[in-house]
Amino acid sequence: MTDAVTGDDSQPPMPSCVGIIVVSHSRPLARAAVELAEQMVPADKPPVRIAAGLDETTLGTDAAAVSSAIEELSDCPGILVLVDLGSSILSAEMAREFIDPELAAKVRISPGPLVEGLVVAVVTASTGADLDAVAAETANALQPKQQQLS
Amino acid sequence: MSDLSAQAVSTWLKDYADVITENANYLTDLDRQIGDADHGSNMSRGMSAVAALDPASFADASGLLKKAGMTLVSTVGGASGPLYGTFFLRLGTTLTTDGELSAEKFAAAMKAGLDGIVARGKASQGDKTLVDSLTPAVEAAQDAAAAGKSLAESLQAASAAADKGRDATVEMIARRGRASYLGERSRGHQDPGATSMALLIDSAARCLA
Repeated sequence: MTDAVTGDDSQPPMPSCVGIIVVSHSRPLARAAVELAEQMVPADKPPVRIAAGLDETTLGTDAAAVSSAIEELSDCPGILVLVDLGSSILSAEMAREFIDPELAAKVRISPGPLVEGLVVAVVTASTGADLDAVAAETANALQPKQQQLS
Repeated sequence: MSDLSAQAVSTWLKDYADVITENANYLTDLDRQIGDADHGSNMSRGMSAVAALDPASFADASGLLKKAGMTLVSTVGGASGPLYGTFFLRLGTTLTTDGELSAEKFAAAMKAGLDGIVARGKASQGDKTLVDSLTPAVEAAQDAAAAGKSLAESLQAASAAADKGRDATVEMIARRGRASYLGERSRGHQDPGATSMALLIDSAARCLA
């Protein structure tokens, strides 16, 4: 109890990394994509949350689950949301309206591809880059593949 | 003239849940032609959850409509979740006072619902979506209200217009949602979202007047 009134020292440290949320129709797909991406960052993993599927096996997205995930990462300096198809985008946008406007202001939905984008987002966020940088890198996540195949 | 209450809204929602369950296979078949074959099962899951809401636990129609919207958001899974969810949330924020439900009040609520869906899904009329049955229904309800028609007449006009709008989606090329990946090949198929929306307005005409 005394800690709460001791002033500055009681403040929990601000997480330095941008947080990442994966919105997908499929929970196993989201989980596997996170596993693949986190392989790239053995240490200093950024906080990642999943809002995917209606349950383990039912495909679908849920705006309320996305807003809960965002609230869990509310201490992050920025939050990047990666989405797969169709209703993922609608649910992510709706989630942003459900939460506190101040929190919503630091949430961005990425147009980047889910798998490649997530790898880039996790790697970039782990360096301590700000939301602008993480979002820009993630949006261009198809570039390495496009260059290799051109 | 009819009274707006949580009980009246519940009667409508339960009727629509029954209609959706009866038509689940039909809606899914329509969606199989041009989408991902889940519209019937998604809407059926969502509306079953909505039908389970007890009207007695809501102070007014607004409370039940908002809860129905949030329930659809969390249980439908596909794009219809945020879209129908937004529709009912907007109805709930527009129909704030129980009591007499006039043709004007109903038309204004429908218009707010349509605006919410358009803002959420960014679809325009002609894109082969639920907007194509809802827009003519709203216009018909507004015209009927402006002409001093009764709520029952207004609902009938809206229902007929929604059915006509639904039929018109057959010739459209999809520009939104999964069907848009098919382009020209989406022509010749009736849109499942426009179909479920027409069923919602038909149900309103049966239950709310």
